[in-house]
Amino acid sequence: MLRWWLPENISTFAQGVDDLFRLIYWITVVVFVLVIGTLIIFLIKYRHREGHRAEYIEGSTKLEIIWTAVTTVIVFGLAMLSFPQWNNLKSPAENPDYVVQVRGEQFNWYMIYPGPDNELGTEDDLELENELYVPEDKLVQILLTSKDVIHSFFIPNLRQKQDTLPNRIIDTLKFQAKEPGRYEIPCAELCGFGHSGMVGYLIVQTQEEYDAWVAEQWPE
Amino acid sequence: MQENENMSHEHDDDAHHDHAHDDNDTIEHTHEHDDDEHHAHAHHGEGFIRKYIFSLDHKMIGKQFLIYGLIMLFLGGGLALLFRWQLAYPETPELEGGKPAKAAKPLPIIGASPKYIDDGEVETGADKMWERVYDSEKEEFIEVNMPSGLIEPHFYNMLFTMHATIMVFFVVVPILVGAFGNFLIPLMIGTRDMAFPILNMLSFWLAVLAAVIMAAGFFVPGGHASAGWTGYAPLSVDPQWTGVGWGLNLWAISLLIQGFSSLVGSINYITTIINMRAPGMTWLRLPLVIWSLFIVAILLLLAFPVLSSALALLIFDRLAGTTFFTSTSEGGGDPLLWQHLFWFFGHPEVYILILPGMGIASELIPVFSRKPIFGYRSMVYAMIAIAFLGWVVWGHHMFQSGMRPGMGAFFMTTTMLIAVPSAIKTFNWLGTMFRGSIRFTTPMLHAIAFVSMFVIGGLSGIYMANTPVDIYIHDTYYIVAHIHYVVFGGSLFAIFGGIIFWFPKMYGRYMNDTLSKIHFWLTFIAFNCTFFPMHILGVGGHMRRISNPMQYEYLQTFEGMNLFITMSAFTLGFVQLILVFNFFWSIYRGKVAEKNPWHVNTLEWEAPTPVPHGNFAQIPTVYRGPYEYSVPGEESDFIPQAQPEHAPASAGD
Repeated sequence: MLRWWLPENISTFAQGVDDLFRLIYWITVVVFVLVIGTLIIFLIKYRHREGHRAEYIEGSTKLEIIWTAVTTVIVFGLAMLSFPQWNNLKSPAENPDYVVQVRGEQFNWYMIYPGPDNELGTEDDLELENELYVPEDKLVQILLTSKDVIHSFFIPNLRQKQDTLPNRIIDTLKFQAKEPGRYEIPCAELCGFGHSGMVGYLIVQTQEEYDAWVAEQWPE
Repeated sequence: MQENENMSHEHDDDAHHDHAHDDNDTIEHTHEHDDDEHHAHAHHGEGFIRKYIFSLDHKMIGKQFLIYGLIMLFLGGGLALLFRWQLAYPETPELEGGKPAKAAKPLPIIGASPKYIDDGEVETGADKMWERVYDSEKEEFIEVNMPSGLIEPHFYNMLFTMHATIMVFFVVVPILVGAFGNFLIPLMIGTRDMAFPILNMLSFWLAVLAAVIMAAGFFVPGGHASAGWTGYAPLSVDPQWTGVGWGLNLWAISLLIQGFSSLVGSINYITTIINMRAPGMTWLRLPLVIWSLFIVAILLLLAFPVLSSALALLIFDRLAGTTFFTSTSEGGGDPLLWQHLFWFFGHPEVYILILPGMGIASELIPVFSRKPIFGYRSMVYAMIAIAFLGWVVWGHHMFQSGMRPGMGAFFMTTTMLIAVPSAIKTFNWLGTMFRGSIRFTTPMLHAIAFVSMFVIGGLSGIYMANTPVDIYIHDTYYIVAHIHYVVFGGSLFAIFGGIIFWFPKMYGRYMNDTLSKIHFWLTFIAFNCTFFPMHILGVGGHMRRISNPMQYEYLQTFEGMNLFITMSAFTLGFVQLILVFNFFWSIYRGKVAEKNPWHVNTLEWEAPTPVPHGNFAQIPTVYRGPYEYSVPGEESDFIPQAQPEHAPASAGD
């Protein structure tokens, strides 16, 4: 079945993106219908007919002020509605339940778990290729970096995307997934000949499943 | 109307009699001068080479840019069709819940048969060709990039990189700025040529040099640039990431030269418009297309050096071992520096691509509505506002780049503000048609298409300006749809309309109207079928620049839509052959056009057709604004800018 709309949203806090999308969608649809409708009416009504002469109108300051003001109000309104969402989505998590480092490298995602000591760069770190296991309803902070070129960590179902940069750790991507399942993490920034097909998987599990997975990875 | 024309002719003869004599002398003098170095073909006092190749005449340089742009349009479009083929028939790996595995389909005509690909048995002529390619050592390039006629990922990256590079730098800018700018500026402001004719010629030949170097890049080992037209560092910096060696160097060098070409041209335009306007041609009597070209020339002058410096640093990084755009553990530069420099140039560049289109539409709509442009001043201010805002919005390309998120709020606000002047322009175009007397000539159809496609392109921009929504649709097909609605739906329709509109002045003949109308409708339909579905792909999360969407489970649903887009794209491509045929056929066989076939006020239609060297027998004096159509109390529905206030009584009075 062809999909006409956004894919399923499994984020607990990115519903605002879909709401804004829907709001802009309706604003633009209404503006489009009004403008194109007016255009078509004008084209029909004021088409050239013998004996009819165009009316000499040079403009109207009143109208110019009206449509300048209305457009300005709409765009500022939209901007105001967007600021909180943007801050919410693009700020580091305050008290994340889990932290995972993700490294883009032509043409895979490497997920680095800090292990039981909760510290990255220690011996008990676990590095997985293209698989990101997380429990549902838990706030996960991703620390993004890259080994070579710019990649872009894109999780369509979570409405999150962030470019990676070599020699830099970017901490502005976090998420909380509410629906267990397997979701794709494509790379969204051209990164070389293997760019197409660079895809990882987000595996959202229930807490029990996740705990079992952790026990399997770090046996006591 | 006929009466009116006769009248103005008579008037010209009377009023300017004494001056005319002097000017004719000067023109004859220049002709004599040319005769000194005359060649075998000479009949207007110029040799073939001086007239058609190293011409100093702004009209010929404009035509040269036009032909140059049209040739490059086909090159750029052809590349797009190649990668569209790959997207329609990609290889489908077997995926969970997906369809069974499917092999990619080789290109038609030059692709090998499936039998040959499977077991090497020669079946068709193309198979024989491929066998020869594999046997010879010289054809390594084809063998590596397009084995058996299948488009490999590296080749795919090169195709879209070069498609965008060519379309932006070698098609739209040369046609809009090079061709229309050169042809129209001296004619519409009422002067004999550009301020610096030799610089003008230099501008064209630098552009040719740039095109030759760009074309050479296809034939070097490692292939042409494949880091996207945006050339993001560090992908573009180190050959190890792309496997591209001299291809990318040539790409950068070519753009550097194209930058000089634009720079030289823009200095010329600015000087000409400021200094050489005809008497009476005040700033607020300038036609809007000249305003748009003036603003664009300033943008080019200020923006291109930024790209040039970025390209120079890139070349140093690639060839001299510097690290401006790479960061190492020991230090070095920053990949984001490239993005800042590129987009600081890149966003004004986007307005360079659309403003002259707006200017052309602003000429065509009043002429064919027989009405003054609605809100002339607000049109000018809106263009200036767009040009100013263009400098403070570059960060909206970098919302997801790792730039400090706090900057997002600033760039979102400035970007959204661009909706205001854009809306002013759109409403003014509608206002111009209001209570008009609209003639549906082919140029007008193109202008109407321009307005409606620009509305779609403008509205889709709001989604991406909105930072939270941009997180999702950034780098998806949504941006591809948006840019094509603005640059193809906007600029290219304006270009087509402008070509048909000014063709009678360029070549003294009309383009065939039936062919033009067929071309318009097929282009309009195929354009929308090609690019509208890309919005849906983008909303579905379909990334741009991927050669095989079937590798992603969530994109498999779009297989049919990608096929449909490809079919439409091929239709769109082939329909353009009608335009080319019509264009060249009409140069020689079109219906001969009179001096002012569309009954237009602006000065270019005062010049005789075809326009001679020096343009005007007598420099016209301007008495009024360019859009005095259907003035009450006047018999004629247009009053040319050069017609004096108190015209002698016409025969009817």
